[in-house]
Amino acid sequence: MTAAASGPSAGPPQAGPHPPGGSTAVSRRRGAPAYYRFKPYNVGRWVVWGLYAVVMWVAPMVWGSSLALTMLSQMGIAVIACLAFNMLLGQGGMLSFGHAVYSGLGSFFAIHTLNMVSKGQLSLPVSMVPLVAGFFGMLFALMLGFVTTRKAGTPFAMITLGVGELVWAMSLMFPGFFGGEGGISGNRVAGQPFLGITFGPQVQLYYLIALYAFVCTAAMFAFTRTPLGRMLNAVRDNPERVEFIGYNTQYVRYFAFIASGFFMGISGGLAALNFEIVTAEVVNALRSGAFLLFTFLGGAVFFFGPIIGAVLMVLALVLLSEITQAWLLYMGLVFTFMVMYAPGGISALIMMNLRVASFGKLRPLLGCYLALAGTGAGILVGAGAMIEMVYHLQLNVALGDQMKFMGATINAKGLDSWFGAALVLLVSTALFEMTRREFVRQWGSTQEEIEREIKKREALV
Amino acid sequence: MTSNYAIELRDVRKSFGKTEIIRGATLAVTAGERVAIIGPNGAGKSTLFNLMSGRFGSTSGDILLNGRKIDGLKPFEINRLGLARSFQVSNLFTRLSVFENIRCAVLWSMGYRYAFWKFLADLRDANDRAEQVVEMIKLHKRRDVLAMNLTYAEQRALEIGITIAGGASVILLDEPTAGMSKSETARFVNLIREVTVGKTLLTVEHDMGVVFGLADKIAVLVYGEVIAYDVPEAVRSDARVQEAYLGSVLADAQAAEAAR
Repeated sequence: MTAAASGPSAGPPQAGPHPPGGSTAVSRRRGAPAYYRFKPYNVGRWVVWGLYAVVMWVAPMVWGSSLALTMLSQMGIAVIACLAFNMLLGQGGMLSFGHAVYSGLGSFFAIHTLNMVSKGQLSLPVSMVPLVAGFFGMLFALMLGFVTTRKAGTPFAMITLGVGELVWAMSLMFPGFFGGEGGISGNRVAGQPFLGITFGPQVQLYYLIALYAFVCTAAMFAFTRTPLGRMLNAVRDNPERVEFIGYNTQYVRYFAFIASGFFMGISGGLAALNFEIVTAEVVNALRSGAFLLFTFLGGAVFFFGPIIGAVLMVLALVLLSEITQAWLLYMGLVFTFMVMYAPGGISALIMMNLRVASFGKLRPLLGCYLALAGTGAGILVGAGAMIEMVYHLQLNVALGDQMKFMGATINAKGLDSWFGAALVLLVSTALFEMTRREFVRQWGSTQEEIEREIKKREALV
Repeated sequence: MTSNYAIELRDVRKSFGKTEIIRGATLAVTAGERVAIIGPNGAGKSTLFNLMSGRFGSTSGDILLNGRKIDGLKPFEINRLGLARSFQVSNLFTRLSVFENIRCAVLWSMGYRYAFWKFLADLRDANDRAEQVVEMIKLHKRRDVLAMNLTYAEQRALEIGITIAGGASVILLDEPTAGMSKSETARFVNLIREVTVGKTLLTVEHDMGVVFGLADKIAVLVYGEVIAYDVPEAVRSDARVQEAYLGSVLADAQAAEAAR
């Protein structure tokens, strides 16, 4: 199949019949051209995508409460946004500080479209509203991106920050469109129901979001396999060299920016349907920062990293903020430690361990992981208790000195509770450091073994 | 006024601030020739390459590629007209594999531009061409290794591969063998000769063995001027060249003396 001449393609390899001498080399290359070497891997790819779909399908049946359903819906929305953000951050090396602009403006156009449908001014199925939002997200990326993508690196980041502030300021200046302080509200049960689907019940909307999330994920993954997607990686790695192989780096960045804006818009449109209210804060820098933070936490290096980040984002923003007032502090700590010790994010940690596992060397490390988790939990308890006590003393003085922490009642002013917490923190930190050193040593030797194994395999070939 | 030259410089000048680095360089290279550009340190050899490839704009003078004026064009525009260059310090796509590096370099010349509606895996002509180049630069065993994990010599080979992959007719190689051992250099010169068959080749080189092994003609650049451009034997016996080189050799010897 591969050896057959491929019609109109006129690359040098097919240029006419080969002399007998040259044909052996060619047929050897044709016998196992390397881009077919990945065929078995593609089976795995079907499995992965199948699982992704199944998880989306089954999730609301497993977690059926209304809180869970809201969170799942938000996760689907965040997945699209974080993946779209990562088209720039991970694949293009562009750090955008104002990307909420495109999802946010998408949200506003979605809610206005929805209201027009409600009033009967426009005949459009509600399920198509996110596409309208995507179109407007793309349109604004087309206009604003032309300015931002003229530069790369730090100037790019600064300009996106400026554009973000600009749009945020504008949202307060035009209350007619942005709804001022109160925002714009709508009702997603609008127009004619299709096959009895009104999107009134949350679960119906969840499945719409899941469908969009799946299709968008597939589309964004497909994008990474195209010439533009690959050149975007090249621009990330070495923009200077790209200029010398025929590509205008500015255009590569610009086109990627537009594509990203489209998906950001879709995510914003879905958010508008989900919350049925859009306030000006959807375009502000805080929202942009959240995209950056959680995309980074999930991992910008691998395609699936932002999906993990999106799930974490909703868990943190919805659940963690319920559990503790200090949640932003914890988020900041987690982010700091990730940047310092695991800059590849969670997805990189997963992939590193999968690599070790694929060489059958994960088992000896498991003990270390267990010890790390145990001592880490100790640190969390000790530090958490102290942080919570400080917060309690600062914010909840009226409630008295007694407070609940992890099911136990402790006295925030008691010497024993402070002393206990400090002791737990110190001891577990010391133990953690010891296990960490042991782990680093074991990890290093495991990596060396793997390198040797690879060398051995290469020698066999 | 048509020109038969692949690349031609006419009284090209380039200043950085008040310092004039290139002072009226004139050079005309016939298509298919291999030219080595030599000269003492600071003569402006790399600057000349940067001017030809569009990295810098020239202050005055004309640069013509296949008879077409190219000064003032952007690097990618010049590349599209058929000029490709390599860099003195390897300039690769570090987080992409060897094959991906080469394939990126192939895409524009195959007409795929900014396509996002085609899958790379389906672009058989680009893939075949990339495979072919990977084999030409003898990195087929390292095909799926990330560029940043290659050895130095392999990175230099990949640098050449990226340069030639697009099929440009004029190739500029900036010190392709810099930092290589003797045996590596010998192999590398052969490689360069193989992959640039039928192309116009300009290289900057310090290693005289490489220069005489590779070049049909030698251009001597001293203080931003081409003082000699001829076949190797003629250049060797040129009085001005001897003076310039002897001068620099003396200067080097004195500097070494002073440093001691």
